[in-house]
Amino acid sequence: MRYHPAIVEVTDVEPLGFLARLWLAFVLPWRLLFDGESARRIAALDAPPPLPATTVRPAPAVETREAEVIAAPDHTAALQVLALLQREGRLVDFLTEDMAGFSDADIGAAARVVHEGCARAMKQYFELRPVRTEAEGASIELPVGYDAARVRVTGNVVGEPPYRGSLAHHGWRVESVKLPSTTAGHDPRIIAPAEVELGKA
Amino acid sequence: MDDGETLTIGIDLGTTNCALAYCEGEHGPAKPLGIAQIVAAGELAEQPLLPSFLYIPADGQFAPGALALPWYPAARDVVGTFARAQGASTPSRLVSSAKSWLSHSGVDRNGEILPWQSPAEVPKCSPVQAAARYLGHLRAAWERAHPDRPIAEQDVVLTVPASFDAVARELTCEAAMLAGFESPTLLEEPQAAMYDWLAQHADTWRQQLTVGDVVLVVDVGGGTTDFSLIAVGEEDGALVLERIAVGDHILLGGDNMDLALAYTVRAQLEEGGTELDDWQMRALTHAARGAKESLLGEDGPESCPVAIAGRGSRLVANTLRTTLTKPEVDAVLVEGFFPIVDADARPQVTKRAGFVAMGLPYPSDAAITRHLAAFLARPVAQGGTKPPNPELGASFVHPTAILFNGGVTRSPTIRARICEVITRWVGAEGGAVPKVLPGTDADLAVARGAAHYARVRRTGGVRIRGGTAQSHYIGIARAELVVPGVPPRFDAVCVAPCGMEEGTEVELPQSFGLLLGEEVSFRFFGSSTRRDDAVGAVVAPAVLTELSPLETLLPAPEGKQGAIVQVRLRARVTEIGTLELSAVEAGTDARWKLSFDVRGG
Repeated sequence: MRYHPAIVEVTDVEPLGFLARLWLAFVLPWRLLFDGESARRIAALDAPPPLPATTVRPAPAVETREAEVIAAPDHTAALQVLALLQREGRLVDFLTEDMAGFSDADIGAAARVVHEGCARAMKQYFELRPVRTEAEGASIELPVGYDAARVRVTGNVVGEPPYRGSLAHHGWRVESVKLPSTTAGHDPRIIAPAEVELGKA
Repeated sequence: MDDGETLTIGIDLGTTNCALAYCEGEHGPAKPLGIAQIVAAGELAEQPLLPSFLYIPADGQFAPGALALPWYPAARDVVGTFARAQGASTPSRLVSSAKSWLSHSGVDRNGEILPWQSPAEVPKCSPVQAAARYLGHLRAAWERAHPDRPIAEQDVVLTVPASFDAVARELTCEAAMLAGFESPTLLEEPQAAMYDWLAQHADTWRQQLTVGDVVLVVDVGGGTTDFSLIAVGEEDGALVLERIAVGDHILLGGDNMDLALAYTVRAQLEEGGTELDDWQMRALTHAARGAKESLLGEDGPESCPVAIAGRGSRLVANTLRTTLTKPEVDAVLVEGFFPIVDADARPQVTKRAGFVAMGLPYPSDAAITRHLAAFLARPVAQGGTKPPNPELGASFVHPTAILFNGGVTRSPTIRARICEVITRWVGAEGGAVPKVLPGTDADLAVARGAAHYARVRRTGGVRIRGGTAQSHYIGIARAELVVPGVPPRFDAVCVAPCGMEEGTEVELPQSFGLLLGEEVSFRFFGSSTRRDDAVGAVVAPAVLTELSPLETLLPAPEGKQGAIVQVRLRARVTEIGTLELSAVEAGTDARWKLSFDVRGG
């Protein structure tokens, strides 16, 4: 189950006290000089984060190991969702159309068609819930060991949890998916068949 | 849930949508079944309702297997959501409103006549077969979800409009049998809505209703409107419910309202020089429904934008926009379908000149409040022996409570209008303002109520009495001199009075001589207004509604061809709620069942 994590802007991290900082100022130079592991960790604080594993081109030797972790994507469900949003709300038509030259009112009218249909389809096949039930803007406390997949912290991220911040986005979690099953031989790449209106004979 | 426990299942075989709900155990609410169905070519999904539509594709219209169902991989036609969607743009291959055809005595209901007036090459089915298709789909969807609970082994209650006559009820049972159901019990839809309400208020309904209350059930669905009156009485200190009147089958509902609104918008657009094609008209009808629900909803806006998508892939370029305002919707829907009328208003019947297209008998007056006024006045006008209201001088039945059902009554504006009209009528005769029974789920109440009723039949609980809704008559030729060129005159003799309970039987006092070895046919009539005719009462056929004739063939033993046997007619209401007529030979008790001839005509 995938979801958009809640985003918490960390605004208020307890700064370390003076005595603790004095102690660090005393021990860190020694660790930097004589403890290789500590030096590596301190360097990492200053460096940009590493690229996600998937974008790193793996060496041939480890390729088989990655295949075990990341399966080849099955696009059927993705195509089905696209077909659904097109069928119910004309989403693909909307996104592929050149918007230049249309007034906001024209785009707005079409957006109603898209919104009405896509909202209905989404409601029918996905059960959505906010990750955090607090109102956006509310003050949030994230305890030690909070689930970083459910909540993403931004802003003044220093020190260790607990963090205190305000809820910038409540996040979305899909509780259940009930996508239609497809019949054998169904070509999911045809997300909308061409339509031909036959005239009266 | 122990294995082997029989479940109770309620099925709402609706004009536009079907639903199925079931109860497990002796307590707890009825649960709806998610009905697996084709929702697009090649896609199967569960939906709470099964649209009552059957689409018959041309050969090769869809890719092979695109309509395959898990229980029917070779399916070549389709029932449900996709049938409705596809049929909207190809109506000549769409079977719709099969239920209304089932109750239409003017056509052969076992004849393969649907889709109505479609080209010769389109394979046809009969109204009974179409109903059987929907029921068969529900059965298969149920058995796929509950493989260890075959439907024939469960207690099934199937709902019918209260206005269905004996023939339409019999045909509904026939369709269920075709679909593999074992003798499902029939229940009237407004009663099912009442059972759902009773189940929802199991602990409090005795406080909400008291002796002397008369509940008016107003059921306005997608295609039909149905009224019933249920009186609250007392017996041995306990409250009892009795259904005292049912209305006629009125082919008016939410679909008519959406269409009326769409025509209004189209007229506006045409004034501005914009013509709509068929596709846009359907998109408009759909958009008008959305606008209606918004404008007539709780605290609805004063106006609502309506966007009509064009057909090609250029969505923004081809979308038309307009606006519907609350005054417009009020004028078209509230004033058009629910005008404020007096209690003595009656539906206007326009004389149809010349040839009338054979089709469903749509009413010529769209004002539901006028149909309601006529319905409430009827029991009083007929001078029933059991006046439902004790007030002297009431010119119509005063309902003291209203239970709404059906999608249209979801709108608070429309509910308020119906209440306002009834309050005016009742108030003019010094009656009290009726209370509104807090509603249930407009889509699922009937199916759920039917499942509750099935459970009440098994485990006990409050039941609505009332027996058969109509009285039935057979035509008997008068013993008069035959005049050439003048057809013999008929009297109608009551064979089955209304209010007969399930399992009871009555016998006509007269006996008839029937010829052995020859087909015998009787004209057959029904009335939902004559509540006091006893068995054997003779009435003029003109005040009755003629139904399909009854026929039977008495096989002649060897050498007895042409002999006459003396028989008496017996009418029995079966345990499942259908009416069975038979001829019984005096002395020997030999019995021949009379069957309905539904070839129409």
